[in-house]
Amino acid sequence: MAEREQKRRTTTTREDEVVEEGAPASTERADKIKAELDDLLDEIDEVLDENAEEFVRSYVQKGGQ
Amino acid sequence: MALQKVLGIETEYGIIHGGVADPNPISASSVLINAYVADVARKVGWDFEDESPGRDARGFAKDGSMPPEIETHLVNAVLTNGARYYVDHAHPEYSSPECADPLEVVRWDKAGEQILVRSMEAAARMLPPGQSIVVYKNNSDRKGNSYGCHENYLMDRMVPFPRIVAQVMPHFVTRQIYTGAGKVGTEAASPDGADIPFQLTQRADFFEEEVGLETTLKRPIVNTRDEPHADAQKYRRLHVICGDANLAEVSTFLKVGVTALVLCMIEDDWLGSDGRSAAGARDFSLASPVQAMRRVSYDLGLSRPLELASGSTMTALEIQWELFDLARKYADDRGLGAIGPDAVGRDVLARWEQVLHGLETDPLSLASELDWVAKYQIIEGYRDRHGLSWDNARLAAMDLQYHDLRPAKSLFARLPMTRLVDESDVVAAMTQPPTTTRAYFRGRCLQQFAAAIAAANWDSMVFDLSPHKETLQRVPMMEPLRGTAAIVDTLFEGCSSPLELFERAGWLPRPSGDG
Repeated sequence: MAEREQKRRTTTTREDEVVEEGAPASTERADKIKAELDDLLDEIDEVLDENAEEFVRSYVQKGGQ
Repeated sequence: MALQKVLGIETEYGIIHGGVADPNPISASSVLINAYVADVARKVGWDFEDESPGRDARGFAKDGSMPPEIETHLVNAVLTNGARYYVDHAHPEYSSPECADPLEVVRWDKAGEQILVRSMEAAARMLPPGQSIVVYKNNSDRKGNSYGCHENYLMDRMVPFPRIVAQVMPHFVTRQIYTGAGKVGTEAASPDGADIPFQLTQRADFFEEEVGLETTLKRPIVNTRDEPHADAQKYRRLHVICGDANLAEVSTFLKVGVTALVLCMIEDDWLGSDGRSAAGARDFSLASPVQAMRRVSYDLGLSRPLELASGSTMTALEIQWELFDLARKYADDRGLGAIGPDAVGRDVLARWEQVLHGLETDPLSLASELDWVAKYQIIEGYRDRHGLSWDNARLAAMDLQYHDLRPAKSLFARLPMTRLVDESDVVAAMTQPPTTTRAYFRGRCLQQFAAAIAAANWDSMVFDLSPHKETLQRVPMMEPLRGTAAIVDTLFEGCSSPLELFERAGWLPRPSGDG
């Protein structure tokens, strides 16, 4: 429980700071994961549809539930 | 005592028929499902006898409300894993079999994805050269058209529906921080004209009411469809339409596991809102749940306060932390048996805590756990590398392609995501039913006696025993936790015909005419 209270306080502290919107915090661990994604980012252009604009435009669905 | 939670997920998939001038999603969906059925399974038709989707849990039908349509003329198959696979609203839909815990839900939901993958492959062999059918496990076409991923939870009929609505609402709004599948941009007017480059969920843009029966327009956060597919005197099936379709197993596990746990707490009067909480919980009813849905989804910083009806404010994270604390006390006091085996319940609590802690301290550390974080990280990484603005079409294309189910094209499939189920178990679940619900009976009947089954439904099987019986024989299955392997395995063991099955089970009336 003590550990949890500790975590809760983190929230309060963070709220007091000015949180830059749209930018989740980045840390070493996250940077490491990001580095591991570099290979994937290299491949993105091969995987992406050749004409992204046309693909996005033509992706049309009828509404559902 | 909270009722044992029988659980399921139904997913409408996005579908694109390429290489045709005038694509028709309904026929493309039919081609897809027929191709699968022809490839691997004998088709057994769905039986609509007991379907009444227009019934309202509040006990009335609202003027002008539109009950969902049933499209009986379309493809409708029941699979040997107990699932239903059919065309719904111009989409292929997979409804998982009834599962007895959230980990089983993950397994049979993943099995559904593999069934769709196999369907695409089967369809590709049947289509003319140059044509293709591709499916996406997402919820929007980015042009204002949305399709759903619905969850189902068996609940005690005795619990007053208004209490469920009041107490589950804050959870539905705030769980988005881990259930969201992420979306580039928005399809709704931003409240204060602010830019929404990326949001947590696919679905938040589409909710306009707090409570209601609709599922395709004016979607409500709490859906009131009252169709238990079980003994209606004892049970309610809470039909949840406000979630995203998840690819990340941890997202699905928490979406269903935490919600099942919250519903148990509601059944046992553990939560607040009517001043009767067994645990002294405070009331975190939201002042404006519909606005709060979007507010939470648009808040990548996870820090915006939500107004409570009481006048104070809390963030989504704070509400989730309080629900977590209440759940932990609940677990100590009442146990977690109602959401499955103890180890699964403990894992729900542990992962819930881990995810809330990660969201609070370093959201990007959850890139292997949660869909929205995984998607955000890869798109932001690409955007950063190429110096693109958020409205660049390549980012929107990446958003769509995250959900592409083709193994070679899926961005999700390339990510090092945490797995909760073995792939071999997922493959087995494509054809094998869960063993601890009535889905086992349904699946076993289809495996062993498909030729004699005239129709199937969630709560009955209809057999054609001709020439021994002239009339069709309906076997009711009104108890979702009967028909399990423990109960019916001995019936099926060594059973050589459906007639023998009926004789062993004592379902045939003593000879004096047809029943």
